[in-house]
Amino acid sequence: MYKILHAENLAGNIFLMQVEAPRIAKHCEPGQFLIVRIDEVGERIPLTICDYDKEAGTITIVFQPVGASTERMSHLKTGDSFIDVVGPLGQPSEFIHEDMEELKKKKMLFVAGGVGTAPVYPQVKWLHEHGVDVDVIVGAKTKDLVILEKEMEAVAGNLYVTTDDGSYGRHGMVTKVIEDLTAEGKQYDVCVAIGPMIMMKFCCLTTKKLNIPTIVSMNPIMVDGTGMCGACRVVVGDEIKFACVDGPEFDGHLIDWAQAMKRQAMYKTEEGRALLKLREGDTHHGGCGHCGGDK
Amino acid sequence: MADKLTKVPVREQDPQVRATNFEEVCLGYNKEEAMEEASRCINCKNAKCISGCPVSIDIPGFIKEVKEGNFAEAYKVIGKSSSLPAVCGRVCPQESQCEGVCIRGVKGEPVSIGKLERFVADWAKENGVKPEPPMPSNGHKVAVIGSGPAGLTCAGDLAKLGYDVTIFEALHQPGGVLVYGIPEFRLPKDKVVAVEVENVKSLGVKIETDVVIGKSTTIDELLQNEGFEAVFIGSGAGLPMFMGIPGEISSGVFSANEYLTRSNLMKAFRDDYDTPIKTGKKVAVIGGGNVAMDAARTAKRLGAEVHIVYRRSEAELPARVEEVHHAKEEGIIMDLLTNPLEIFADEDGWVKGMKCIRMELGEPDASGRRRPVEIPGSEFEMEVDTVIMSLGTSPNPLISSTTIGLDVNKRKCIIADEEYGQTSKEGVFAGGDAVTGAATVILAMGAGKAGAKGIHEFLSKK
Repeated sequence: MYKILHAENLAGNIFLMQVEAPRIAKHCEPGQFLIVRIDEVGERIPLTICDYDKEAGTITIVFQPVGASTERMSHLKTGDSFIDVVGPLGQPSEFIHEDMEELKKKKMLFVAGGVGTAPVYPQVKWLHEHGVDVDVIVGAKTKDLVILEKEMEAVAGNLYVTTDDGSYGRHGMVTKVIEDLTAEGKQYDVCVAIGPMIMMKFCCLTTKKLNIPTIVSMNPIMVDGTGMCGACRVVVGDEIKFACVDGPEFDGHLIDWAQAMKRQAMYKTEEGRALLKLREGDTHHGGCGHCGGDK
Repeated sequence: MADKLTKVPVREQDPQVRATNFEEVCLGYNKEEAMEEASRCINCKNAKCISGCPVSIDIPGFIKEVKEGNFAEAYKVIGKSSSLPAVCGRVCPQESQCEGVCIRGVKGEPVSIGKLERFVADWAKENGVKPEPPMPSNGHKVAVIGSGPAGLTCAGDLAKLGYDVTIFEALHQPGGVLVYGIPEFRLPKDKVVAVEVENVKSLGVKIETDVVIGKSTTIDELLQNEGFEAVFIGSGAGLPMFMGIPGEISSGVFSANEYLTRSNLMKAFRDDYDTPIKTGKKVAVIGGGNVAMDAARTAKRLGAEVHIVYRRSEAELPARVEEVHHAKEEGIIMDLLTNPLEIFADEDGWVKGMKCIRMELGEPDASGRRRPVEIPGSEFEMEVDTVIMSLGTSPNPLISSTTIGLDVNKRKCIIADEEYGQTSKEGVFAGGDAVTGAATVILAMGAGKAGAKGIHEFLSKK
């Protein structure tokens, strides 16, 4: 069992949990992910690692409910446990292997969308601890959904917060901020964009125009996370990659976004049904012919 | 008493009924049937069946006990060589091993050794008979990577000799392919696999789940920092292979590994589990091995019309005859001498059909089987909404790439000698699919035994 040392509702429907997992904490690097399972009947849920403490033996995850398992996870409290936490999985971010002097010369831009702020954080933190200051854009729909602002402020060179509705920080999508910053004269050698797939797609369209190489972190459908099932196939250039062992980070300009989004939607109805069944219980009896309630 | 030339028939669930449930297909022998079948064994002096068995069970020895109704004694005899009799009795390809060389089979049918082994193991479980206790602890710590048939066997054998064994398993449940790969209707998980795992644990073996060697820790760390003196790698087969044809990335194209893992390990076929599975109305399973049959029969039970699409003819199907027979009985349609060329998707990216071509058999190829050759102009379309690729696996580089001094061959399989499982690295032994590429449960168990022997010799000299 993996004990939850701290559980918090960060904002809206976004939850943070700090979990005891010494083997993972000891070995994990920025960019990697893990898989959790809430209980015996729970699904294996892949989540990017948001923070880790090698000495305390803890890792931090941030998630939003999408299906039945994540919905049930959101009700866990400090002191509860996960039945399984496995990792760290996938490849660490490429920059950790780079020459430090070269890295220090690089102008890096991190773009975080919504819950994607969580996986961006350990990367910016790692760079900060190694003496590299980077610019960070954090975008959210509205003021109440901005997460980890204080934490990010402490490790970022410059932090630009933006909201779609203008209720906080700058007004507009993250892509607009990228354009504005470059128009203001900023130059970037590399961009790392992490967030919902649609946001990463549009970031890539923008950075392609601006000629900034861009790395994205894919979070496709996955089962085992060790390369065994092949569910997480993504098209990168003319190759098919397994996000769990080859990724999760890839060259965003080479991703086939249309294909990736279609595959992402593969289990949507099943997940939706499971979520409805859980939230509405027996009040939903089907009859619509789609939900399986009349099966 | 029936004539001695044929096997005592084994009771099975009716094909029409079982095609709609996940209960075990074969119901096994009862006491009377087992004793009657056992009496067909002529107890050969020079028993060929023993050498036909990859773990060298004293087959005439245990059958003699069954004949006399001494089932506990029979269990003890098997237990000397095998840690997983309830599994082997169900999934071993006996027809090409012990039963394939049975003298009874020269005239008539061989003794039903597999079904007798299964009976003994099931009887032991029902009567609470446990394996013989291990020898006193010798203080040596050994790590075993993977809790599939190779790992469990190696761990069991070493524990019996008094070693302090810890198994590291990447998934959340021990059993490896026995839990994620082989379906419930062939190998019940709670009734059989969990019991065999418990039996291995009862020998003092510790199992740590959720540890991915190469990620959560490494073999070098186990040896240097965690006090292990030797390691056995039984990490199994690896990454699923795909055909590389257009449209293969479409939604609704699964590897057999994914499809089976969802159903078997994650229990997606049950309503009370969260993991979803796509049932499909019309499913094509590409491939002709045991895994293809398992995937096809799973899809059938989930309610689909299922086709096996295989490029050679029935005679070349790599699956066991019994599995093909069961699949056909359950209504799986065999589209033989057929090969997919392309998969079509609708506007949502979901599979809607497949372009195939008819094949004919030409000259024998490297495998000795006649090579399938395309018949020009025979392309046709098949309407399907789900495609399951069951083309085998290639080794997972997770361990070999993170262990200093561990050599792999051209196919990326770990190099290990057959007799002792010794790898290129001192103190590190390996066996099973990680070494041979995808093979059978019993061959993996044989390799697990070899590894245990190798480790025992290595540590005895220390």
